Amino acid sequence: MKSVKTASSGKVLNTNLKKNDVEIISSSGMDFSQDKRSGSFLQSDNKIEFMNTLYDGLDIIDMETALKKIPEAKKYYARAFKELKRDFPKGTKGGYFIRVKKGTVLKLPIQACLFLKQKAFKQKVHNLIIIEEGAKVYLITGCSASKSAFHAHHLGISEFFVKKGAYLNFTMIHSWKEDTFVKPMSIAIVEEDATFISNYISLKPVKEVQMYPTAVLKGKSARASFNSLILSHPGSVQDIGSRVIFKAKNTQAEVISRAISLGGKVIARGHLKSEVPQVKAHLECRGLILSEKGTIHAIPEMESDYRDVNMSHEAAIGKINKEEIEYLCSRGFTRNQAQSIIVRGFMDVDVLGLPQELKQGIEDLENKTLQSSF
Amino acid sequence: MFFEIKDLTVEVEGKTILRDINLSIDKDEVMVLFGPNGSGKTTLLRAIMGFAGYKVIQGEIIFEGERINNLTIDERARLGLGIIYQHPASIRGVKLHQIASFLTKDDSKIKDLSQRLSLSKHLDRDLNQGFSGGEMKRSELFQIILQDSKFLCLDEPESGVDIENISIMGKVLGEYITKLKKSALVITHTGYILDYINAQKGCVMIDGKLWCVGNPRHMFEKIKELGYEKCKDCLIRKST
Ligand SMILES: Nc1ncnc2c1ncn2[C@@H]1O[C@H](COP(=O)(O)OP(=O)(O)OP(=O)(O)O)[C@@H](O)[C@H]1O
Ligand SMILES: [Mg+2]
Repeated sequence: MKSVKTASSGKVLNTNLKKNDVEIISSSGMDFSQDKRSGSFLQSDNKIEFMNTLYDGLDIIDMETALKKIPEAKKYYARAFKELKRDFPKGTKGGYFIRVKKGTVLKLPIQACLFLKQKAFKQKVHNLIIIEEGAKVYLITGCSASKSAFHAHHLGISEFFVKKGAYLNFTMIHSWKEDTFVKPMSIAIVEEDATFISNYISLKPVKEVQMYPTAVLKGKSARASFNSLILSHPGSVQDIGSRVIFKAKNTQAEVISRAISLGGKVIARGHLKSEVPQVKAHLECRGLILSEKGTIHAIPEMESDYRDVNMSHEAAIGKINKEEIEYLCSRGFTRNQAQSIIVRGFMDVDVLGLPQELKQGIEDLENKTLQSSF
Repeated sequence: MFFEIKDLTVEVEGKTILRDINLSIDKDEVMVLFGPNGSGKTTLLRAIMGFAGYKVIQGEIIFEGERINNLTIDERARLGLGIIYQHPASIRGVKLHQIASFLTKDDSKIKDLSQRLSLSKHLDRDLNQGFSGGEMKRSELFQIILQDSKFLCLDEPESGVDIENISIMGKVLGEYITKLKKSALVITHTGYILDYINAQKGCVMIDGKLWCVGNPRHMFEKIKELGYEKCKDCLIRKST
């Protein structure tokens, strides 16, 4: 760690977006004052609304420009997919290139938002995130849709490179609407001693989401953790998985998912695949079904050719434990209060490893959504 | 009478566990409930609190003159009944301090009591989750005092607690009951808690029945000396 940066004076972001849309974007984590942010990126449909960096060690550029101007962008583009010999959709438009330079520790998060505005628009972006050696950063990405974005689609490709000893906490908040189709595809390559934390929060209705982000632990002592908090509304289908591939010794991973179905369908997948010995991993899926119509399907998978691994999984699905409700009732909570406090506890944001300020923001968002959902 | 149980018969899972229980507790009075494992002590407390599955087949539970048989758990709690569990539930994601702040608006009370019970560090933890046996009992005591019920049902408050902590808990509990003139029904196997609270009455439950009422310290000495089987003989003889 070379330098610890401190905040420069805040810089208010301007866009021509309508007030309604600005509100929606704000509610998915974007702070237009940039008061407590290191930099920002906003793309609505195909249009880059703004990109802004407040620190020297940080680049935030749209993908097309980055590919022209920054050698690393070209060098790393598609590399994660090649690593897994996987194909990926071409013909993307926009997306962000974010690079945090060697040794740069950013205390304040970077914020990015991909926004859907027009009716039936098919947004297709390719993002590239490079966290260089010893750098540390929090990246919060909000994805949301305007009220007018009927039947819109979002396809987001993301490649993460977390270099030696670096730390990335990537928190993605999905706030779509009941008729949006969403398909993110992401791969993270995590090098020696590096940490990749991927948080996924989805509290709003959506038509269909399908995603199975993968982290490749490539260097020894690399770590990854995936955490998802999903509230599934009637009519939503959310097929959400997390995969970790262990390619080096002494690596560790944790996959935690919490899903509540208010009537929607959640498929919670998890896959741990160790290609080497001496790995440690845990998969945990908990589901609460609060409506007769809800479905939660947990599919945990673990693979290893070696004996010397420590991999475990835990899955529990059901309604709220009666004993917990009665416990709280005996302390004077009404049945409804008890249910609501247990549900909120179930969606505990403490698991996300976020700094207080971000944590608070997500907690507020959760409280708001849960209040209006019951 | 402050608290009264009349001819109470309770069924759990279709099985009669308690039979024709009668007992009464005055205001400012503490009663100790002895009895061997599986005799029905916890069942009695749970029936008093109104837990689902503890079905009152016959009889009445009366609190401050009101028949509370048909009240929900939370209604009973709000009337002034409180419980310390033998095996408390743990709840993921719900912090001890959340419950504490619900029970009292007085932050200094939370701070002081959590310090006295060495629970300051537990306030930010998930309720009873991963708490050690003794920590759990302290957390239970902490909550029931903040709740400030009028009638305390204490199910083995000191079981699994080490000697030092029994002394801390005992002092806190004894002081609270005496100063605030609380009434309580206390279950104990070890009898340690009797050193700290001034119990006026004792009773023994065997096979779902209450066998006698007497001086709790005297009873406890006899139980220690002769065991419950003998105690049963003696009581049967006495009552016939
Ligand atoms: N939910 C239940 N289903 C079936 N049997 C039950 C249930 N709850 C209690 N019982 C039975 O009722 C009897 C009394 O249990 P209870 O827990 O009241 O005993 P106790 O006197 O508190 O014992 P201990 O001293 O061991 O705590 C036991 O035989 C127990 O197995
Ligand atoms: Mg018991």
